Amino acid sequence: MSETVVNQVRRGFYLDSVALMRLSRQIAGMDGVAEAALMMGTSANKQIMEDAGLLAEGGQAAQGGDLVIGIRAATQAAADAALSAALEDLDRPTSPGAAAAAWRPRTIRAALKSAPDSNLALISVPGDFAAAEARKALRAGLHVMMFSDNVSIEDEVALKREARELGRLLMGPDCGTAIIGGVPLAFANVVPRGDIGLIGASGTGTQEISCLVAQGGKGISHAIGVGGRDLKAEVGGIMTLMALDAFDADPGTRHVVLVSKPPSPAIAAKVLDRMASSKKAFTACFIGAGNIELPANVTLATTLKAGAAQALGGAAGPDFDPRAHAEPPPKGRRQVRGLFAGGTLCAEAQVVFQAAGQAVVSNAPVPGARPYTADSGDTGDHWMLDLGDDQYTRGKPHPMIDPSVRDAALAEALEAPGVGLVLLDLVIGYGAHADPAGYLAAFLDQHRAAKGPPIVASVTGTEADPQTRSAQVAILEAAGVRVAPSNADAAALALACLGLGSKGP
Amino acid sequence: MEKIAQANTEALRRMLAGDPVLIDVIPAAEAMPALADRMILHAGPPIGWDRMCGPMRGAVTGIACFEGWAPDLDAAAQLAADGGFAFHPNHHFDAVGPMTGMTTRGQPVMVVENRAFGNRAYCTVNEGLGKVMRFGGNDAEVLDRLRWLRDDFGPAMGAALREMGGIPLKNIVARGLTMGDEMHQRNLACSALILRQLAPALARTSGDRAALARALAFIGGNDQFFLNVAMAMGKAIMDPVRGIEGSSVVTAMSRNGTEFGIRVSGTGDTWFTAPVEMPEGLYFPGYSEADANPDMGDSTIVETIGLGGFAMGAAPAVAGFVGAGAASEAANFTHTMAEITLGENPEWTIPALDYLGVPTGIDIRLVVETGLAPTINTGIAHKEPGIGQVGAGVVRAPLACFNKALVAFAESLGVS
Repeated sequence: MSETVVNQVRRGFYLDSVALMRLSRQIAGMDGVAEAALMMGTSANKQIMEDAGLLAEGGQAAQGGDLVIGIRAATQAAADAALSAALEDLDRPTSPGAAAAAWRPRTIRAALKSAPDSNLALISVPGDFAAAEARKALRAGLHVMMFSDNVSIEDEVALKREARELGRLLMGPDCGTAIIGGVPLAFANVVPRGDIGLIGASGTGTQEISCLVAQGGKGISHAIGVGGRDLKAEVGGIMTLMALDAFDADPGTRHVVLVSKPPSPAIAAKVLDRMASSKKAFTACFIGAGNIELPANVTLATTLKAGAAQALGGAAGPDFDPRAHAEPPPKGRRQVRGLFAGGTLCAEAQVVFQAAGQAVVSNAPVPGARPYTADSGDTGDHWMLDLGDDQYTRGKPHPMIDPSVRDAALAEALEAPGVGLVLLDLVIGYGAHADPAGYLAAFLDQHRAAKGPPIVASVTGTEADPQTRSAQVAILEAAGVRVAPSNADAAALALACLGLGSKGP
Repeated sequence: MEKIAQANTEALRRMLAGDPVLIDVIPAAEAMPALADRMILHAGPPIGWDRMCGPMRGAVTGIACFEGWAPDLDAAAQLAADGGFAFHPNHHFDAVGPMTGMTTRGQPVMVVENRAFGNRAYCTVNEGLGKVMRFGGNDAEVLDRLRWLRDDFGPAMGAALREMGGIPLKNIVARGLTMGDEMHQRNLACSALILRQLAPALARTSGDRAALARALAFIGGNDQFFLNVAMAMGKAIMDPVRGIEGSSVVTAMSRNGTEFGIRVSGTGDTWFTAPVEMPEGLYFPGYSEADANPDMGDSTIVETIGLGGFAMGAAPAVAGFVGAGAASEAANFTHTMAEITLGENPEWTIPALDYLGVPTGIDIRLVVETGLAPTINTGIAHKEPGIGQVGAGVVRAPLACFNKALVAFAESLGVS
């Protein structure tokens, strides 16, 4: 097979050898091209081109300062095509380099070097590695928020002890919400600054109270997350106590709300003692707690709405009469299915239902509720499910990020014969889905039957959130969902629809 | 933890305090009295004839003929297979050598003295580009050049250096960094700068215009002339850092075409080895990955002192070899190497990165923790002996070396 060798020389044309090599590879890869090279015409380079069968008369005459293009191809046509491609490339004005991906640091150490004024690290690596990273952050002088879960309780205890030693916060593990100095961290809402401090375990409890405070015209000084296990005996409330110390010393905080599941009596005593030694006012918002002995400066709230109201020193949110908004369920059906993205919101709904004498089952039962599992069978009791629980999120994101986690349960609830009402929460703000109401409206459009159960919901959020609360509410109402001003009000509205309960919590 | 921190501080201090000066060129037998007849020093950690790659075997047979230990290449190969030569790493004799790294008693070696600590390091003179022994070339042209280096150029350069009292090297490197060099794949500026300094002394000490012209042309025509100087400088800087108890700083990185080896200050002279990786790069016309020899050479001593791949931010042109192509990628490599090093060199700074000092002091703990292995800029040899360079590219040090080193380091401190 006879090949064609084509040479072209550009006199006095210099290009860096690396650029030339890259261009050579490109041209050599073209159809019908056996080999190609663009090299400066030094004798060494001409020898290389000759050895590769690329040098013809034109190239041989080139000098060191000339650019030689040598192409060997199967046909003249292929050689010419390659040559014009090469010339085109040489003549193309260089584009300002496609901006190389800006360098991102790979370690806390390098990140701190590039941003030396940082004072907090937010850690969300997989659980296996989270403790090591938290330790590095603490020792590098940073406060830590651990969004990661699946961290052992032993690691949690060791880290919190070290943090306490160093005088730094370790918020978590499994801490989804914090607002420090007005800055929302992880899942959090945009709320005004004010003189109410919040301490919360993992998330939606803190979010709901902070939003109700905003709705009531006041603001949050800081919301400190302590993680879901801080008040367990093994951990002993280390971060809760540190948070109480911090708020006690903070001139910007007047009233502090602590929200959590009811702790054991020993831990409760420790926490209440610390509150008692302060001159400030406190609300212990223990969801579903029974009677507890309290110091004089501490009040008890068993729902988030009550907690917010106490902090506000008045009502939390607009006057809402559930009976005025109630819609009856389809005839003969009376089971409520509560499908929640927020764990504490699910707990609050259970408390409201139990206060009205209604039995509930749940995969995250409050005291008095019965446990629910997939094979516990449908006894007709109301369901209150926390869909953010591990069993629903294996390999999937949290339902607050990805509403589709709720899809299967919701579709089933809309069709199951005994279901009289569906109760939902929507949580907006940073970290949450960009448009939970839009997603839900579209889903209902697809799956809702003509004579299906009424849908009752609340939107945990504020006007200042990226999703804008009023806009989300409008979308829901247009889709035929009944929206209540708070999660507790939504639970009361659900009861009212069934002709149960009194005026509201 | 305290002990390691203190040891590493001392290691970094010694690195930065080094004062390397190129003082002479002398026969290897004079520089290294222990380098006996039939001893062949090679690049990389210890290796025997049967495991040597093609280019290294080609170089061994070539140097054996050069030294007159065998009548021809085939006889040399037979002699090598029969155990007729003693093979040792350059590093064991205070020396370094690029690619195949052949060092034998008859060759001239450059001498760099670290005036801060009094130690010396040696490296042969860079032969030039193309068909050379460091890429396994061993024909008459290669051997003739080695003879010329031994009989003419070496003595001439030595005389010039002695006459001028030596050439301090740190400042040349500092200026080279501002001119686009990284001292491994790019030595053009430093080669030019050192020629400026040598030329007058060569002229003063030369009795023969033709010989002078040949010497000047030899240096002037070799873009990589400074590589071997930089390597000897690297060895001279790192040797005083060896043997600091509790220090996790890497004191040497080296390859023999089959294995990659590292040494760590706190574990003394132990080599931690793993199979070398294949370089990824660009090839000269007519060649491709299929022709490439695995990674080879003592030149990674240059990365060990913060240059080469670590200083890529100073040499955007080299970034083309990285695959992504944009010159702006070069800075990212320097930033990434900063994740695995203890500090910066305040005397060797990169203007385009706001005068960031080159990342200095590779810590094996940081390498293992981040999984980021040192990035090395390297030439690529043809895998068959005698052909020469076929390209240039980037290769990573194998993480396995650092994992092994870390285990041994921990054991040395009584941590299981």
